[in-house]
Amino acid sequence: MFALVDCNSFYASCERVFRPDLIGKPVVVLSNNDGCLIALSSEAKAMGYKMGDVFFKVREQLIKQGVIVFSSNYALYGDLSDRVMKVLEVYTPDLEVYSIDEAFLSLRGFNELEDKGRMIKHDVERLTGVPVSVGIAPTKTLAKLANHVAKKFEGHNGSYFMEAPDYDILKQIEVGKVWGIGRRLTEHLKAFGVQTAYDLSQLAPRAVKKRFSVVAERTVRELNGISCIPLEEVPPHPQNIIVSRGFKHRVKTKQEMIEAVSFYANRAAEKARQKKVYAYRVHVFIRTDPYGDRANHYYAGQSVVFNEARNDAGAIIKAALQAFNAIYKPNFSYQKAGVMLTELLYDTERQTSFFGGGQSDKMELLMKTMDKINKQHGRETIRPAIAGTNKTWFMARNLLSPRYTTKWNELRKVHS
Amino acid sequence: MLDSISYIGSSHVGPPLPLPLAPSKVQCGFPSAAEDWLEDKLDLNEKLIKSPPSTFLFRVEGESMRDAGINDGDLLVVDRGITASHGRVVVAMVCGDMTVKRLNLKSNPPQLDAANPAFKSITEEFEIWGTVTASITEL
Repeated sequence: MFALVDCNSFYASCERVFRPDLIGKPVVVLSNNDGCLIALSSEAKAMGYKMGDVFFKVREQLIKQGVIVFSSNYALYGDLSDRVMKVLEVYTPDLEVYSIDEAFLSLRGFNELEDKGRMIKHDVERLTGVPVSVGIAPTKTLAKLANHVAKKFEGHNGSYFMEAPDYDILKQIEVGKVWGIGRRLTEHLKAFGVQTAYDLSQLAPRAVKKRFSVVAERTVRELNGISCIPLEEVPPHPQNIIVSRGFKHRVKTKQEMIEAVSFYANRAAEKARQKKVYAYRVHVFIRTDPYGDRANHYYAGQSVVFNEARNDAGAIIKAALQAFNAIYKPNFSYQKAGVMLTELLYDTERQTSFFGGGQSDKMELLMKTMDKINKQHGRETIRPAIAGTNKTWFMARNLLSPRYTTKWNELRKVHS
Repeated sequence: MLDSISYIGSSHVGPPLPLPLAPSKVQCGFPSAAEDWLEDKLDLNEKLIKSPPSTFLFRVEGESMRDAGINDGDLLVVDRGITASHGRVVVAMVCGDMTVKRLNLKSNPPQLDAANPAFKSITEEFEIWGTVTASITEL
């Protein structure tokens, strides 16, 4: 048996943990750079707002309707996510952290699963303040569906145990809502007459494999209660690392662009070191506002490839700037830049190049020390000087709540 | 040289802060005995935070809990995992605000008492956020 534990409107719920005055009020959280709505409390959803709504278009209305708006406070969300996962680990060490607000648990060998589900829900909420929904079922795909039932169907109070495939429920779930069935596959399935999760479950697995894909075949089996997708306790091999944000205001000078690209490259290298991977390829892109004046549009990207995979800040920044210099054009107002590391390898997979260009032990030590200091004293305490100190281009987060759990001077105050 | 940088100090709750427990006398000629002693470290996090996922820190503002040893500006250690019983100091939510008071379950309905004669008890409806396990005053 598997459980899927999913935090309810996670970012909005995090904002409420330290703000009891927000309980029962509509709350929305904005994406990086305050671009669009990425999380909504149920009250905000009920008012008709949706994920992906562009902030500046709905801003006036949000204010008029008294919706409380926050920039995304990843320090807070990350800390509360850690706490939720730690509480879940007490139940079982067989845990797959699926995303910042979701985890699969293997409940093999557990009894009284209906009670267990309610207990997990109660404990997480009591200990962390974050409300969750729990779905328990024989496969991960059905656990996802059970979680949906726990959340959306009446009478389950946020926890639902589906002992065996419940075909009556599958009939009520649109095929596109099934875990692993993407938008394109949904279109294909619908053209084939498959409308609901039930329709999908009734197809012959082999035929599905032939006509669609192995993934779809697995889903058919899983919908029928045959577990095909194991718990992934080891994080999957990262495909790529992207650090990209829009600028607070349009950037016109080359110096500011160099700072921004260096800053993102430094962050990307730091992320790679956290994940213990090395990159062969550094890709940089820059662009102007895609909604802006047509005549002043510019978009360009460029890659630089190493002889040997690297993750030290020096090499990544140097490569990123080399790519940047190849594509930069003056006289544009830039709105966004990004650095992407691809062709990633774990340390054990690295090969030494005949031509050199690898990362020295001395460099490894320097990076370790830099990461350690930044971990203890806050991000960017030490960073390559080229990444800039003014950061006038840094992303807009005008509506940021305090980092209640990670900064001494931002602790929640209690009246006495 | 690089190693010494890591001793600047720890700036946040998280990693344990080991303080070496020094033997009462520094002895010469018996270094092995001292090495055994040094294996024990005192960790304030371990002492003050029994359940890290459910423990949160707050900053006190006000004087209403003065006689309970909780002063303006103190750091409060609050554990959501402990069920508050009568007489425990709690952080409670009252009218959308957060306050620290002593829980009085003997009164009907339950109320929140101050620990300072200058402040009245709170008799409005409230909900408990967590139980206070320590108050840290920096001198």
